Amino acid sequence: MSENRTLYTITVFSENTVGVLNQITTIFTRRQLNIETLSVSPSAIKGIHKFTITTFSDNEEVIKKLIPLIDKRVDILKAYYNTNEDLVHQELALYKLSTEKVLEHGSIEYLVRKYNVRILEVSTDCVVFLKAGHYEETQGLFDELADTIGVLQFVRSGRIAITKSKVERLSDMLAKREQDNQDRLNSL
Amino acid sequence: MNKVNQSPAIVSPSAEAQPISGSEILIRSLLAEGVETIFGYPGGAIMPVFDALYDHKERIKHILVRHEQGAVHAAQGYARVSDKVGVALVTSGPGATNAITGITDAMMDSTPLVVISGQVISSLLGSDAFQEADVIGITQPITKWAYQIRRVEDIAWAVSRAFHIAASGRPGPVVLDIAKDTQVNKCIFDYQKTSFLRSYQPVPDMDEEQIRMAAELISNAKKPYALVGQGVILGHAEKELVAFLEKADVPFASTILGLSAVPTDHPLNCGMLGMHGNVAPNLKTNECDVLIAIGMRFDDRVTGDLKTYAKQAKVIHFDIDPAEINKNVQTTVKVVGDVKQTLPKVTEHLQKGSHQEWRAEFKPFDKKEFETVISNELFPGTGPIKMGEVVHKVTEATQNSAICVTDVGQHQMMSTRYFKYTQTRSLVTSGGLGTMGFGLPAGIGAKYGAPDRTVCIFVGDGGLQMTIQEFGTILEYGVDVKIILLNNNYLGMVRQWQELFFDERYSETHLKNPDFIKIADAYNIRGRKVTEREELDGAIDEMLSHKGAYLLEVVVETKGMVYPMIPSGGCVTNILLGNGHKL
Repeated sequence: MSENRTLYTITVFSENTVGVLNQITTIFTRRQLNIETLSVSPSAIKGIHKFTITTFSDNEEVIKKLIPLIDKRVDILKAYYNTNEDLVHQELALYKLSTEKVLEHGSIEYLVRKYNVRILEVSTDCVVFLKAGHYEETQGLFDELADTIGVLQFVRSGRIAITKSKVERLSDMLAKREQDNQDRLNSL
Repeated sequence: MNKVNQSPAIVSPSAEAQPISGSEILIRSLLAEGVETIFGYPGGAIMPVFDALYDHKERIKHILVRHEQGAVHAAQGYARVSDKVGVALVTSGPGATNAITGITDAMMDSTPLVVISGQVISSLLGSDAFQEADVIGITQPITKWAYQIRRVEDIAWAVSRAFHIAASGRPGPVVLDIAKDTQVNKCIFDYQKTSFLRSYQPVPDMDEEQIRMAAELISNAKKPYALVGQGVILGHAEKELVAFLEKADVPFASTILGLSAVPTDHPLNCGMLGMHGNVAPNLKTNECDVLIAIGMRFDDRVTGDLKTYAKQAKVIHFDIDPAEINKNVQTTVKVVGDVKQTLPKVTEHLQKGSHQEWRAEFKPFDKKEFETVISNELFPGTGPIKMGEVVHKVTEATQNSAICVTDVGQHQMMSTRYFKYTQTRSLVTSGGLGTMGFGLPAGIGAKYGAPDRTVCIFVGDGGLQMTIQEFGTILEYGVDVKIILLNNNYLGMVRQWQELFFDERYSETHLKNPDFIKIADAYNIRGRKVTEREELDGAIDEMLSHKGAYLLEVVVETKGMVYPMIPSGGCVTNILLGNGHKL
């Protein structure tokens, strides 16, 4: 794959109805865009879901054209894209390790300090680490654990992100739409 | 009638307060939306709806087609000429999948449709039940909205949303997939028309600054040139368009779907754009200084190679769909919004223009095209009958007042090139998807949409046989359509490409055809086959004066070619005229 490709983060707000994800992904599929990560959850506004999707592209034009196509779907409220510079973003990763091997290795304090790891679970069989961070950071810990202790199970969440510059104006947009509609009804 | 056989809606005088079946709710919802005509085909999973329809025969006319593809194309033809939402009603599984081509066609050509499909009972959903298909999964990418109804309480709500979504903004098809149990379950009917959805902004906000900039660009242009698309027709902005064009004195050309928005003989009308469009309109795209695109989407059949398309021009793009702006062609000024509102605003800011010299620059190319292509196509005098000749004679015989419906292929290009229009909504053709088999059922639908107008359906021998079963619909209802079959015993457009680009290797394009007149006769359709030029005028008169459906089969030149032609992906100035002619 091309070296000068950029990771774009696409944020989508939608009504919480069946099949919205399919509507979004078919737009990616038609344009041969591979979804790198995906995170979906209820947004700050009740009944509205927020999708955070990342995808690589070597052409910003492709992403620019993607946004209005998502935006125009009836169930979608708003879509926009950003690059990493515009965002505060985060991923979570969970690592399951063998307790026996961890104890053998004897490096828990080192790992916790170096990677700011939280320990979620310790049993006679396994230890579960949690690490929040950027991809490189969660990957860094994985690589070190894999080389030393060995990782029994590993999972990483999709990216979640918040824009640095702009305030999220979805509620303003909704208020304006409601007001415009009220004006329209009053003018009838 | 026996009360037992009637729906509760009709039996009970105080029906409003009584729970009624989902099917009854569906029909009443359609009535609330003003639906008078439905094209459909029954089957197991939609039977309760057809049963309810039985009680409403007086108010809703159901046209039983012979294949679900025909139902959707008929609904498209109906919608395109009548400016109403077309409605198709089909069963689950194969009924719904047969409708897919028409739905996709409607999506590409922005035709407002509501397609209602039956679905297996909700408890069986996802179990590979008999005649179950994932209709929502299949249709989401080819509809404006697709929704599965699994609760009887949702029926009225969903129908109301469906009509609002299909008809508003940039129109398009909507699919409602309705599980069979919801068709029989009961609830109270309460219909609220939808006019607002917070997640859906059908008409984007107008930007006064862009309007002013557009007006300024056009006022200062030396060689302004407008491209008119179907958006003008869909936006009911024909008058506003003419006012704009006349004040600015801007020559214009139409996309295929934009044809008939302005009468053919309007002095500013320069003709048709695109691969088989007129010479001057294509050439001048690359000579104008300001290109004004109005309700069109820069389809590749119009632009050819984007790298060489209108690079010298500043582009102003009027569209209701923000996703069309900068999709194919980079715009200088974008005028988003409803063209019925934006055009007058721009006109208001315009200075009165005068571009006689620039307009005169089109004329030598019109003359060239007439001499090298048109005169031989329309007035060959001797030799085999030409497709263009037939179209020309038919449009003249109807005083250019008929509705032209076409199938897809060479005859389509000839029809769109040579048919003439005096009123809007007079062309029904499959533009974006290029669906063979579209013509006959779309023509039937068009006749229901405009019963007082003459409907001329131009078809080829290939396309007609893709939906020829709709002769049955004509038989059943006596639909008065005039079918002009331009028979060259070839899949002509593919054959043309084989001749030009595949070393005349005619792979699978020759057709051994049946006796079409006999087939028509079997369906009680009057028919006549014309092989000689001398018979043509008389046969056209006979067809037009005949009360009822008529099949006029004209045996045309076997290896006729559609010129001019811009080879696929080529520059709009790279125009082939054929027969050794050069520009």
